[in-house]
Amino acid sequence: MNSSSKEVYISNGKTTLDYWSEIWQSRELFWILAKRDILVRYKQTVLGVAWSIIRPLLTALVMVFAFGKIAKLDQETSIDYMLVVMPGVIIWLFFSQSLSLVSNSIVGNTNLVSKVYFPRLIVPLSSLMIGLLDAMIAFGLFVLLCFWYQYIPDWKVIFVPVFMLLAYLGAFGFGLIAAVLNVKYRDVSQVIPFLVQFGYFASPIAYTSELVQKNLSQTSTGDFLYLLYTINPVAGSIDGLRWSLLGDFSAFNFQSFLSLVIFDLVMLIIAIRMFRKSENSFVDYI
Amino acid sequence: MSVILVNNISKKYIIKHHSKRQGDVKDAVSGYSKTLFGNKTKVENEEFWALTDISFEVEQGDRLGLIGSNGAGKSTLLKVLSRITEPTSGNIRMKGRLASLLEVGTGFHPELTGRENIFLNGAILGMRRAEIDKHFDAIVDFAGIERFLDTPVKRYSSGMYVRLGFAIAAHLEPEILIVDEVLAVGDADFQKKSLGKMKDVSKSGRTLIFVSHNLTAVQGLCNKGAFMQQGKLKTFGEVGHVINEYVQSVSKFRLCQSWDTPESAPGTDDIRVKRIEIKPTVELKTSFIDVRIPLKIVFEFWSMFEEADLNISVFLYTMAGECIFNIGSSPKTMKKGIVRGEVDIPGGFLNDGSYYISVMVVKDSANPLFFFEDAISFDIQDFREGTAWYGKWPGAIRPLFIPVNTWQQEFM
Repeated sequence: MNSSSKEVYISNGKTTLDYWSEIWQSRELFWILAKRDILVRYKQTVLGVAWSIIRPLLTALVMVFAFGKIAKLDQETSIDYMLVVMPGVIIWLFFSQSLSLVSNSIVGNTNLVSKVYFPRLIVPLSSLMIGLLDAMIAFGLFVLLCFWYQYIPDWKVIFVPVFMLLAYLGAFGFGLIAAVLNVKYRDVSQVIPFLVQFGYFASPIAYTSELVQKNLSQTSTGDFLYLLYTINPVAGSIDGLRWSLLGDFSAFNFQSFLSLVIFDLVMLIIAIRMFRKSENSFVDYI
Repeated sequence: MSVILVNNISKKYIIKHHSKRQGDVKDAVSGYSKTLFGNKTKVENEEFWALTDISFEVEQGDRLGLIGSNGAGKSTLLKVLSRITEPTSGNIRMKGRLASLLEVGTGFHPELTGRENIFLNGAILGMRRAEIDKHFDAIVDFAGIERFLDTPVKRYSSGMYVRLGFAIAAHLEPEILIVDEVLAVGDADFQKKSLGKMKDVSKSGRTLIFVSHNLTAVQGLCNKGAFMQQGKLKTFGEVGHVINEYVQSVSKFRLCQSWDTPESAPGTDDIRVKRIEIKPTVELKTSFIDVRIPLKIVFEFWSMFEEADLNISVFLYTMAGECIFNIGSSPKTMKKGIVRGEVDIPGGFLNDGSYYISVMVVKDSANPLFFFEDAISFDIQDFREGTAWYGKWPGAIRPLFIPVNTWQQEFM
């Protein structure tokens, strides 16, 4: 642990040269902050971790009831509607939760940011772990439902981590931009809940992209609206997850996949640049 | 070898002034609508330089004490040094692992147990898991919280909380340690313990930067001092010299205070201060008081009681706020009128330095009626002869009347 040769140079606008290696060296802090968030989360609750099962289950049941039974969408699907809804619910809860957590991570950890130095990126990164854990529990729920409905996914399940990662990166990039802006403009914390609420309806959680495409293609501006629809990274992630989990139920949607990848890349590049530019003066505005 | 090289550091903040004050809800609403409908209230930006052109150098193993009054820029400097915020201009070169301790228990989570918080806080301060494991028992022992290790910190008393926070920080092993005012918390016993710990840190050759209002602590711990005033570095150098500069710039010595009428004087309904003064009892040959000069404190007050058992109690403090002594007169029955008290401080008793005096008037030897704080202050200069040593004489007092005798016990 001899690091006495390491020299630090501080001046305006200068972040350390070994920016990424410094983040890697702080991985212990990353884990411990993630652990803190997870440990603290269900303190003083009676049901505890059970909430991580109840939330997706109830959401899915409501969806099945409203869209499947009342809107009668379940008559057009070959497999049980519960299984169609679950991938949507998993991605949606993961994405919306991560977005809220990341966008609030810097402001929410003011007590740390204003008192100690550490690579600032650790904070938003570690705040995503809660969502990931929840998503894993929700996948467990999906497996149970598969037993219940006696359904076996095919080999494409191996792509599940790919789409989770893409959803993760989308939420992280977008959330990070919001987190940086939130330091200076708290308007962001007013906008995020609104966006989340809006996204709830604009994303194919309880319906499918195929249905959207089919209905939109009957109108004159359908192609344009469908393009707008696929810009939503949640749509791409859910389409991908359905493709990998539900066998032959849905075809691979290239359009939403491509726009998801582009969204992730653009957001990440902008987010990291913004973050690095302003992370050294967070304290002055927080 | 210099480990910290600070080169022309400046830090600017922008302060916003709204040309119209927004005090109450009505103003807030109208201001809100103005921003909404484009009729912007004029916002004036004012530059505020928290630090201007700070340059200094810290050698390996130095213990630097940073002093200055509130708002002098000490905390901003620490924040820049510990990379919490960046300077507006200038640069700093630093060699070695740095840990900064700007508050005790940074990042403690109230819901987590003491045990969990040790690991959390340790990691935040930059300790590796293995280091924390190694020191875990020592930390628990130092904080004295064995029994409450698995209790959430929110149930801790504030003392326990602070002790745990400091205990973790004390077991950091950085090459450079930055500490801000942590000694201001905790009881006297704990303060002694933590000061001792910081001395150990400095003895092991590590570099320490320490900010405190407790000049005694700075004096005892540091070898170098930096005195800051309004964002500028006024003096940098040997700690005793720097502390003197600081004390002289802040203390306005008041050798005498008096009032003509009871109505204008400080006090209570029953007690009004008439005069308090400290004066030398011999004729001075110099313009200042030195350590040999005997002094007399005179205190007069109006007593409005028809008849009461009164006594006075005199407190002498160093400028650093440490009480040197507290002595009192025996109670006497006083009638309505002016009461006078006198205290003689012999020459060759106080050390060189600055002191202040507070006086208390007590009724029935148990009920404090009025505590006249910081009533007078004075400064004593050094004088010595027959010695070749001119360093700062340690101690709050220098009682020359206590003889130190030596003799040849045996020949060899």
